[in-house]
Amino acid sequence: MSARQVAEQVLDPELPVLTLADLGVLRDVCEEGTHVTVTITPTYSGCPALDEMRADLRGKLAEAGYTDVVVHTVLHPAWTTDWISEDGLRKLADHGIAPPQRIGPRAVGPIPLNLEPPTRRVQCPRCGSPRTTELSRFGSTACKALRRCEDCREPFEQIKEL
Amino acid sequence: MDNAYDGLTEDSEEKHWAFGTGFSTALAGVDRAVPSGVDHDVLAVYCLMLGDDALIYSQRLAEWCSRAPELEEDVALANIALDLLGQARLLLTRAAEVEGADRDEDALAYLRDEHEFRNVRLAEIDCGPGPGGDFATTIARLLVMSTHRLALLQRLTGSLDPVLAAIAAKGVKEVAYHRDHAAQWVLRLAGGTEYSRERMVAGLERVWPFTDELFATHAVEAAVAEAGVGVDPATLRAEFDEVLDTVLRAADLDRPDVRQVAALAGRAGRDGVHTEALGFLLAEMQYVARSMPGAVW
Repeated sequence: MSARQVAEQVLDPELPVLTLADLGVLRDVCEEGTHVTVTITPTYSGCPALDEMRADLRGKLAEAGYTDVVVHTVLHPAWTTDWISEDGLRKLADHGIAPPQRIGPRAVGPIPLNLEPPTRRVQCPRCGSPRTTELSRFGSTACKALRRCEDCREPFEQIKEL
Repeated sequence: MDNAYDGLTEDSEEKHWAFGTGFSTALAGVDRAVPSGVDHDVLAVYCLMLGDDALIYSQRLAEWCSRAPELEEDVALANIALDLLGQARLLLTRAAEVEGADRDEDALAYLRDEHEFRNVRLAEIDCGPGPGGDFATTIARLLVMSTHRLALLQRLTGSLDPVLAAIAAKGVKEVAYHRDHAAQWVLRLAGGTEYSRERMVAGLERVWPFTDELFATHAVEAAVAEAGVGVDPATLRAEFDEVLDTVLRAADLDRPDVRQVAALAGRAGRDGVHTEALGFLLAEMQYVARSMPGAVW
C-alpha cells in the first residue's frame, strides 16, 4: 500500500466511524523515497485530538513499513465541515450522528448575529423525524451540538456547521 | 535536565512535559516570516495582547467546569474555554517565535508575572462561580468579550502577517458560536422571571465598567494597525455597539448606566496594569508549572 492509502485509513480518535480522510483533516501525503510527510489540519483551534492523530498516523505508517515520517499541522486554509466527504456524511448518519449541511463560502463583512437557535430542520438519525430541537449548541466535543427528537424522544448528536 | 522544554519537541513522543505537547509545527503551512517593515518587538507584544485575552479568559471560564447550573451549560462553557485556549496557544507560540528570546508558549503562559500580562482587565475579573459573580454575570461578560473578539478577529483575517490572518480565520468561526450562545442566554434570562431578569441586569452592570478599555488604542495597537498587521480597537466600537444594542433591544434591557473603571495614570491591562484578581488567577494557573518545573508524565 502507498503511504497515502495507509494514512487515509487512519480513524479519527474522537469520531472513530470516520477516517481522517473522510473528516477532511488529512490535507496531504507526500512520499519522497522512504521519507513521508503527512499534513493535517485541526478542526477547532483547541482540538485536543491532534496529538493522538499524529501518533496514530505514525503508528499505522510504521506498521506498513514507513518509519521516516513527519506529520505537519497546518492552519490555513481553516477546516470547514464542507470538507467532510459524502461518504463521511453517510457514515455519520449511519452511526446516529446527524451530519452537517453544506454551507459554502462565507459572505464577506460582519458575521450575522443569531438571537435564536438555528431553525433549519435536522433529521433524527434514528427515526428520521424532522421534528428535532437543539438542547445545547455545545456537545461532547467542540464540533458537536446536542439535540433531541420530538417523536422518538431520543437525544442525539449533530456535527455543527463550521 | 538542563532545559525544561526539551520534552516539548515534536519528536519526543515518549514523554510530555506536563504542560504542553509540542505545538511547534501548528503554524506550519503559512509563511512565518515577519512582513517587512514590521517591528518584531511590537508584533510580539501585539500577539501577547490577543493571546493573553484568550488565555486569561479561558482560565476564568474553565472555573465553571462542573459548577454550571446545568450539565449542557457546563459542557458549553468548557467548550468555549477550550476554543480560547487553542487560540491562546497559537498566539503565544507566534509571540514567542517573533520575539526570538528563546521562550515558548509554556514559558509565556506559566513563567510570566502579573505585570507582564497584556490582557484587558475584563478578561481577568472574577465573574463567578464563586462570590465574585454568578452565571448571569458570566453570560454578560461572554457577550461583551465575544462581541469584541469576533469583530477584532474578523478584521484580523486581512492582516499582512499571514500567521495572524490564519489564526484569525479559524477563530472567527469559533467565536461566532460563542457570541450567539451569550446573546441567546441574555434573552432567556432577561425574559425569564423577574428574578432572572434582575440578575441579568446586575450582571451587565458588573462587567460594563470594563468595556471602554476594550476600545482604547494602545501605542502597540496603533503601530500594528499602521503597519497593516493588526487592528486599532477603536475601529471596532461601532460594530460592537450595534450588536450590543440589537441584543439589549431584543431583551428589552437598557444599556447599563454605570461609570467606567479608570486607567491608572493612563495605564491599564494592555500595559500590564491589572486588578488584584489577576494575581489570584495566576497563582492557581501557574502553581504546578512553577513548583515542578520540567515535570513529565
